[in-house]
Amino acid sequence: MSEMEEQTNPAPQFEELPDAPPKPRLKLSWPGKLGAVLVLFWVVIIFIGPSIAPYYEADILDEELFIVPGGDEYPDTDFQMPSKVAYLGTDYLGRDTLSRILYGARTTIGISFVATMLAYLIGVTLGIAAAVGGGWLDTGLSRINDAFLSIPHIMLGLIVIAAVGSTIPILIGITGFIYATSVFRIARSLGQDVMVSDFVEAAKVRGEGLWWIITREILPNIAMPLATDFGLRFVYIILFISSLSFLGLGVQPPMSDWGSMVKENLAGLLYGSIAPLVPSLAIATLTIAINMIVDDISAHSGGKLAKRMI
Amino acid sequence: MMLQAILRRTGISVATLFVVSILIFVGTSILPGDVAEIILGQMATPESLAALRTKLGIDQPPHIRYFMWLGNLLSGDLGVSKAGSGFGTIGTPISTMISGRLGNTLLLAGVVAMIAIPLSLFLGLLAAMFPGTRLDRTVTFSTLSLISVPEFLVATLLVLVFAVHLGWLPAVAYLSGTESGWQLAKALAIPTLTLVIVASSQIIRMTRATVLNVMSSPYIEMAILKGVPRKRIILRHALFNAIGPIVNVIVLNLAYLISGVVIVETIFAYPGMAKLMIDGVQTRDLPLVQACAMIFCATYIVLIFIADMASILSNPRLRHPK
Repeated sequence: MSEMEEQTNPAPQFEELPDAPPKPRLKLSWPGKLGAVLVLFWVVIIFIGPSIAPYYEADILDEELFIVPGGDEYPDTDFQMPSKVAYLGTDYLGRDTLSRILYGARTTIGISFVATMLAYLIGVTLGIAAAVGGGWLDTGLSRINDAFLSIPHIMLGLIVIAAVGSTIPILIGITGFIYATSVFRIARSLGQDVMVSDFVEAAKVRGEGLWWIITREILPNIAMPLATDFGLRFVYIILFISSLSFLGLGVQPPMSDWGSMVKENLAGLLYGSIAPLVPSLAIATLTIAINMIVDDISAHSGGKLAKRMI
Repeated sequence: MMLQAILRRTGISVATLFVVSILIFVGTSILPGDVAEIILGQMATPESLAALRTKLGIDQPPHIRYFMWLGNLLSGDLGVSKAGSGFGTIGTPISTMISGRLGNTLLLAGVVAMIAIPLSLFLGLLAAMFPGTRLDRTVTFSTLSLISVPEFLVATLLVLVFAVHLGWLPAVAYLSGTESGWQLAKALAIPTLTLVIVASSQIIRMTRATVLNVMSSPYIEMAILKGVPRKRIILRHALFNAIGPIVNVIVLNLAYLISGVVIVETIFAYPGMAKLMIDGVQTRDLPLVQACAMIFCATYIVLIFIADMASILSNPRLRHPK
């Protein structure tokens, strides 16, 4: 125990030196804090959404609920405006919009998150392999990657979906693969920077193995920039999957998903229904919130120079 | 030296185009079943299938088929669509389906570019000139919000305001080809506005970042220390060095417009290329998807090529590679 203390104690002394780099501390400005609150809100909804939803996602509401005294005996249930029965109105089939948003959070955010993880798994693994391996491995992987990057993402998605159709595993697989190309580029260039640093050189001279260098030197050093990029990539993937669903090529009914909810209810727009607007806003609150956090963190870690100069 | 750099870039673009065509071909050919089965439908017998396959040339091995497809593509023959085919008839030629549609998409993209580029350069420079002020924060925050929302949110909001509540503009942009100029302008207004908003936000942010990046270079520091006024530093020193990267940003964003166009044409039922391609994907009309994808990807690669050219021409260091 005392040995451990002796080993950890010298650290604070270093930090007191005037030249010591400031301890990285995550301080968010107000947009960043607002973003964090919103993201937290949606994370909670993912877990408790279905249990607090007033109706089941596929339930078509009963006409009787909409009967007002002195009104129509058989009232319309589709594209209803917000009321006590349905707090956010109903959709084109007369289903409760709020319940569908609460259920859909799980689908939209869940699929996007898994796809982002997959993109990172493929991208980081291959990116680091290229950075560490170098030579023909690097050239080969980079050329293949460049070829995929020169096709617009949405085109790649459309081509594959045209060929094999759209199920949730295919959707996750293709999105993960498409975005792995961007992750690969970032992971590779970050990895290359670390590979030429003195401490990796020292580790090599010490005789450390490749695995040790990757896990102890490279990964910890590229983790922070990759984490920021993860946020951005997650936003792009949410937008990408929602766009595919919006085109009718993503999540298929009767599952509720925010992108397809916009598509289904687009006709309601002409009657001034808010049904297509609510899911779009749900996507927007989540993506703007993540971007505000990412923007805040990157503003703190870089770009300070330009601000100081002027 | 410069010629060499340009030739090298041209070579890379042609090679990329070639690889992309292989990817598109492989991507759409991995499935069992072929055009012959679709055309013959339920009338298919093994003999008639074999005969039609020979006639269409799809009994050849994949690599021969690829070169036949590429050769036809280069000579302007885009193949036949699945649409209108079946019961022994061969479908509509894709070139007939695309002509007209291509013009519509180019019209939309052209109008968007003409409005979005000057607007976003102005706002981006303005934000970069007064960093940290309320103006800059407003521009930064609103563009950040706009790039993080889906295109269809912008489109639906605009329809709600201008078509439903105010009733000024039509909510769909279906063209019959007989509209007067004024009707055409009204039909194009909301789709154009949507794309302008989406594209400008990106260009504004990147223009601002590029100029601020140049602002942190040593010669600007020198100018600051010399006591040159800030406005003069930006307009005389920073802007000229930022032109290359800014042109790059503009062209790249025009390329990103492709995904925006796909969404916008779908929402407004606009008869353009992207809508045609989406319909192709929904009916799994692979020859049509192949042809459309090839046209979009070629446009994208040409735009990226132009962006690279712009940076080579504006940056002496890239003009004379070591």
